[in-house]
Amino acid sequence: MKQKQRDSNAGAAAVLASGLGRRWRLGEKFIESWIYLAGLLTIVVLLGIIILLVKEGVPIFFDTPPWEFFFGTNWYPVSEPPTFGIMPFFVATLWVTIVATAISVPIGIACAAYLSEVAPDKVRETIKPVIELLAGFPSVVMGFIGLMLLSPLVQSVFNLPTGLSGLTAGIMLAFMSLPIIISVSEDALRAVPDEFRQASYALGATKWETIWHVCIPAALSGITAAVMLGVGRAIGETMTVLMVAGGALAVPVSPAEPMMPMTAAIASGIGNAVRGGLQYQALFAIGLTLFVLTLFVNLVADRVLQRQKRKFQR
Amino acid sequence: MHIRKLKIWFIIPLLVLLAATAFIGSCGDSSTTTTTPANGTELSGSFGITGSNTVTPLTTVWAEEFMNMHPKVSIAVSGPGSGAGIAALINSTTDICQASRAIKPTEIEQANAVGVEPFEIQVATDALSVIVHPSNPVSELTIAQLSAIYTNQITNWKEVGGNDKPIVAIARDTNSGTHVFFKEHVVQMLGLTTEDKSLEYGNKILQLPSTEEGVSEVAKNPNAIFYPGLGYVTDDVKPLAIKKTANDAGVLPSAATALDGTYPVARPLLYYTNRAPTGVIKEFIDYCLSDEGQAKVTEVGYVPLK
Repeated sequence: MKQKQRDSNAGAAAVLASGLGRRWRLGEKFIESWIYLAGLLTIVVLLGIIILLVKEGVPIFFDTPPWEFFFGTNWYPVSEPPTFGIMPFFVATLWVTIVATAISVPIGIACAAYLSEVAPDKVRETIKPVIELLAGFPSVVMGFIGLMLLSPLVQSVFNLPTGLSGLTAGIMLAFMSLPIIISVSEDALRAVPDEFRQASYALGATKWETIWHVCIPAALSGITAAVMLGVGRAIGETMTVLMVAGGALAVPVSPAEPMMPMTAAIASGIGNAVRGGLQYQALFAIGLTLFVLTLFVNLVADRVLQRQKRKFQR
Repeated sequence: MHIRKLKIWFIIPLLVLLAATAFIGSCGDSSTTTTTPANGTELSGSFGITGSNTVTPLTTVWAEEFMNMHPKVSIAVSGPGSGAGIAALINSTTDICQASRAIKPTEIEQANAVGVEPFEIQVATDALSVIVHPSNPVSELTIAQLSAIYTNQITNWKEVGGNDKPIVAIARDTNSGTHVFFKEHVVQMLGLTTEDKSLEYGNKILQLPSTEEGVSEVAKNPNAIFYPGLGYVTDDVKPLAIKKTANDAGVLPSAATALDGTYPVARPLLYYTNRAPTGVIKEFIDYCLSDEGQAKVTEVGYVPLK
């Protein structure tokens, strides 16, 4: 059937081409080269960003050796002499991401399974656009909500000295990555062929067993991609964590403490940094670290996806 | 075929629009378009002021009044912090830098290296207030106690005569001139016999990106303590009386106590320009220093020069 369609497409193209003649072919050449240039541009921009990060960030290691930079626990950029140790930021990013993932992944996948497998069409058609709308909220608005509503709540529920903590930031980030996780994993679940479900029911499986043992494993590659996208958002989010995470410079031993993740450290310091100064270089080095971290997450995700694909090909 | 043609007609204006926004965007960045008024004509031009979060409310009022008087003048005010403002002055991305601390010698060196000569003008005075939640029974602290709180040596309110509650000490982030001023004058106790230059903020201190956020956290949280400029003190928070040493009397922050020098943590609020100001910028600063301008200082909650 596909072959037939392709033939008819080719036929239509031929008709169009002969109808429009040379002008059309020229136009197509133009569009083709335009798209090619657009593709090239993204690569150039990406390379440019990497080169800039390395060029501005690496010189800090001549002043502060890498082990002191990565494992140092003191960050006093405006003192004389300044010290740059990013361990507190690194651990803070880790905590915030763990909290966000722990909350958003189970809820997100459950919600996606409900929407794709259980909910009637009408419910799905109303809920899904609403969830996707949630993804469009500006992060500063989420930060404001976290500051005004969530932080007093977290403070009283967990009996903390202050509601400005990694926990509050993590919960807020979970809300922000939920739409991505739900939307992408729902698409993945919907893409599972109906034959799988029919076969499962034919074997006497219940709806729950079908979802848990058939649909979710079959869609696992898509769900993994969804989770990784969510984690990526949590690691890279800046405004919300700057506003609600509290910004303390101690290495946080629990998520309930105030902390300053890497993105917040860059945002709160960069305005103060004179171009080319030590603090400027240190902040770029944090940016470089962040870039390597997200690259690592993406590579792992890629590996998982590849393995998953191979498994299903067998 | 019809649809293709339609699309092209749709794409072309879109591209034009994109190019236009890019152009306008790149224009909007340059805040340094200043025109000197010719004699006898109306004052016009636009310039930017950035820097201290503390001075921002005052500058905003001045800028609004000045723009009302001279409708052809436009002034953009922003307040990321004194350090950010001085960095902007050095990088030539602002015309006036507002600061709540004096420029450091290293910053002057950096400025001179790129051909910028910072010119200092004091525009007002501020009494740096220390505030707590209204329900907090503590009403006065010595500078040594504040220093101990902000270096994490005192972590419970009962150690300074309050309830048995943890202290949540809030500071501004390193962009802020208030952060640096408070560190030098309170944490390191500048000018006292106990002065210690090696003291730093403790690492359990919360560093917040704006003064408003700190004040709103203190208004909500009975454990919190924070140090905003006098202009940010509202009825939702309680300012503390500050004692220079344990033997001195506590002094509450106010215009009067800052002017007569009894309040221990008063400081100048400054403007920095690249060389002495000229043209419309000079007119603006002259207005700020005039009696009319200084009257606004009291309205905003800071302390006028005279």
